[in-house]
Amino acid sequence: MIWSDLWDVLLLRDYNTRVVLLGVALLGAASGLVGSFTLLRKRSLMGDALAHASLPGLVIAFMIAVAAGGDGKSMPLLLAGATMGGLAGVACILFLQRFTKLKQDATLGIVLSVFFGLGVVLLGITQKMDAGHSAGLETYIFGKTASMRRADGIMIAITALISILVTGVLFKELKLLCFDADFAGSRGLRVWLLDTILMVLVVMVTMVGLQAVGLVLMVAMLVIPAAAARFWTESIFRLALVSASIGLVGSVLGATASAVMADLPSGAMIVLACALLFAVSMFFGTQRGVLPRLWRRRQLNAKIARQHLLRGIYELSEAEFQDANPGHWVSLIDLLQKRSWNSKQLRRQIETAELVELVRYKTDQVALTSAGYAEAARLTRQHRLWELYLVHYADVATARVDRDADDIEHVLEHDVVEKLERLLDHDPIRIAVPSSPHAMEST
Amino acid sequence: MAMLAVLQGWDWQFDGWIMVVGVLCATSTALLGNFLVLRRMSMLGDAVSHAVLPGLVAAFLISHSRSSLAMFVGAVIVGVLTAMFTEWIRRFGRVEESAAMGVVFTSLFALGLVMIVQADHVDLDADCVLYGAIDLTPMFTVNIGAYEVPQAAVVLSVVTLINAAFVLVCYKELKISSFDPSLAHSQGVRPAWMHYALMVLVAVTTVACFESVGNILVVAMLVVPPSAAFLLTHRLGLMIVLSVVIGAAGAILGHVGAFAIPRAFGMPSTSTAGMMSVALGGLFVLALLFAPQQGLVSRSIRRFVLSQQILRDDIVAYLYRAGERHGEAIAKRSDLITELFSSAVPMSLALRRLVRQDCIRDCGQQIELTKQGEKLGKALVRSHRLWESYLVEQAELDRSKIHDKAEQWEHFTGQALRDRLVDQTSSTGLDPHGTVIPAEPKSDDDGPPDAS
Repeated sequence: MIWSDLWDVLLLRDYNTRVVLLGVALLGAASGLVGSFTLLRKRSLMGDALAHASLPGLVIAFMIAVAAGGDGKSMPLLLAGATMGGLAGVACILFLQRFTKLKQDATLGIVLSVFFGLGVVLLGITQKMDAGHSAGLETYIFGKTASMRRADGIMIAITALISILVTGVLFKELKLLCFDADFAGSRGLRVWLLDTILMVLVVMVTMVGLQAVGLVLMVAMLVIPAAAARFWTESIFRLALVSASIGLVGSVLGATASAVMADLPSGAMIVLACALLFAVSMFFGTQRGVLPRLWRRRQLNAKIARQHLLRGIYELSEAEFQDANPGHWVSLIDLLQKRSWNSKQLRRQIETAELVELVRYKTDQVALTSAGYAEAARLTRQHRLWELYLVHYADVATARVDRDADDIEHVLEHDVVEKLERLLDHDPIRIAVPSSPHAMEST
Repeated sequence: MAMLAVLQGWDWQFDGWIMVVGVLCATSTALLGNFLVLRRMSMLGDAVSHAVLPGLVAAFLISHSRSSLAMFVGAVIVGVLTAMFTEWIRRFGRVEESAAMGVVFTSLFALGLVMIVQADHVDLDADCVLYGAIDLTPMFTVNIGAYEVPQAAVVLSVVTLINAAFVLVCYKELKISSFDPSLAHSQGVRPAWMHYALMVLVAVTTVACFESVGNILVVAMLVVPPSAAFLLTHRLGLMIVLSVVIGAAGAILGHVGAFAIPRAFGMPSTSTAGMMSVALGGLFVLALLFAPQQGLVSRSIRRFVLSQQILRDDIVAYLYRAGERHGEAIAKRSDLITELFSSAVPMSLALRRLVRQDCIRDCGQQIELTKQGEKLGKALVRSHRLWESYLVEQAELDRSKIHDKAEQWEHFTGQALRDRLVDQTSSTGLDPHGTVIPAEPKSDDDGPPDAS
């Protein structure tokens, strides 16, 4: 039964599942961690390029082994060959970026395709050679999924540990590198050295991961968790943590799904699980997610609309009654002409403002409550202080300041207002509203 | 003769078609690749050619056949979706473009893998997708009139024509929206439409090509020839033409190479698609090294020529100063090398040239300035000291800082500029260190002597 299977998997009863689950979890965490730095360095697809670039190294290692009389399928040798190939690819990419005007994407494409082509050529030769037990050599690079052995698990664990250690020790330097490489250079950091270290980490994780999940899926492990984590945080430390966790959770979810349901390939399931986490993050991520961002914008728009309403009423009653005390009723028709809002929008604004007792409303007339009055006076004061500032210090024509101040009044912080008061010599204690420097249109 | 032996078994009927297909692939992809490289979207071909997997499987599941048309349509739809998803994630999620691409194509590929397993009898050849089957293309033919033509050649001709027409008709729009989208917008071109049109064509071309050349060679053909052309020229029109030529040359060289090179070592021929991307890589390296403006070798040759010119100036100026100090303009070769921070080989090259120009006499270890050389040295030292005066008087630099700048600029200062420097400085005849500024050498031949 599926449920009992699930239970077995989750409790790690079976030895094989235990190895696989722990292995992919560590791999997910390590690639998520490393991936968060490559994402910020805008090198997400580096893993893709160097994974492809490892093919010629792999085949050459095999050829050397065969020529030396071995059977060529010794794992450490192949791994070493592939790593050399990957490193050579990285070196070419960094070289091209440094000495030509080609952009990153083009250099990745060139190295990826030419190295891989070379690998295919060499592979074609070995397959037709007499000594060819090379069948299945390329499966190395495209992964064999879900048959992780203890040795693979240990290898992954070591890699994960190394990446955690290196990123931990070099955290500050990598952070500087990711955000401002030029600045990092000017602070005496060796940018190329850091870049190389980062790339060596990527190569390591990729080489180990190629075995476990295959090429394309390894690329996914380097890109998706980091891209997903970016929606949740603006701090690089948390980004690394969240990214590693997403990689870990996604891997465990995917591996569990494939362990429970027989005919789902684990590598693909891991990627799909990560993709699911990415989709969730993209919509709901608290910092940059689409929906929270929309929500924040709506909140801001609502606040601005309410502030416009309050100041509108204030200015009208000031114009009609010379002072703008609470309780002066102004007509909706006048209010409607103050701004480009239609009567429906205006009514809705008034209704919501009435709910929080900032205004009172009776047929076609509206007035400020004393709370509303205090708020409106504060806003009008900010607006006019800014106008005065523009007139006196920025030499903006009096007729034009209203519009500029209109934009800025909603975001004036307390300390800015204080500065304005000091600059313009206004007494901060009373709610003294300076009279408007331009003629009020509604009078 | 060895060449001919290597080509034994070459069949124009068969291998000719392979090359035609390769050239068509290269042409159709290079046409679009230029714009991908300029728009920094080179990896799109890679993304699309991986991501079409679920499209292929879905087409198979729906049509229950391996008919090329259904597969083609399915793959193109998913290819276009890849480009669109990437664009959406980039725009709405504010994810960096290559990361967005990575997310989309790997997820779609994984989806395709799962679908393959579910439809357990899907007969998709993974090797064909990866390496292509260009060696087999002449076997699948269709009849056009009286001729038997490989199907791939027909499809790719159509694609090439469409791409060429697109690039020709929309050349101006593509150019402006690739280089400056905001300007394009202000001129009434819709950059977004150009973007999507390009994406659709890239998807169609990629799918049409990868059947014959495999998905990695598609990437090579999309990216490598335009990148090589990009290093060769600064003009878009020329870049497109060059990229097509390079792509076609790579395709032809690749097939010949795959056929001949392993045979030269007594082995059977190897993968044509792989060799084509290696050939393209080789052509790229040639462009990288020998491009007239930006090639690494060309650049270092220019730098060496310039350094020789400067070294010659320095030798002459050094000898002239020695003449000022000791009365005779003579120096030892070894002193010149240490004082001018040079080494033996560049020094002897420079000296030989100076002897030929009749500026110095080379008496074994002693180097002596001639009349001609003295004139040159005078002009250089005069430039140097005039610049020093100018820097102190007009730029108000500290006296300790002026030497280096004057040392640089003396090499590029002709008589006209020296005359202007004289106008701008107080004419005491002494430089800020108190040494005499030599008079302008009387010119029997015109022009600044160091411009030789």
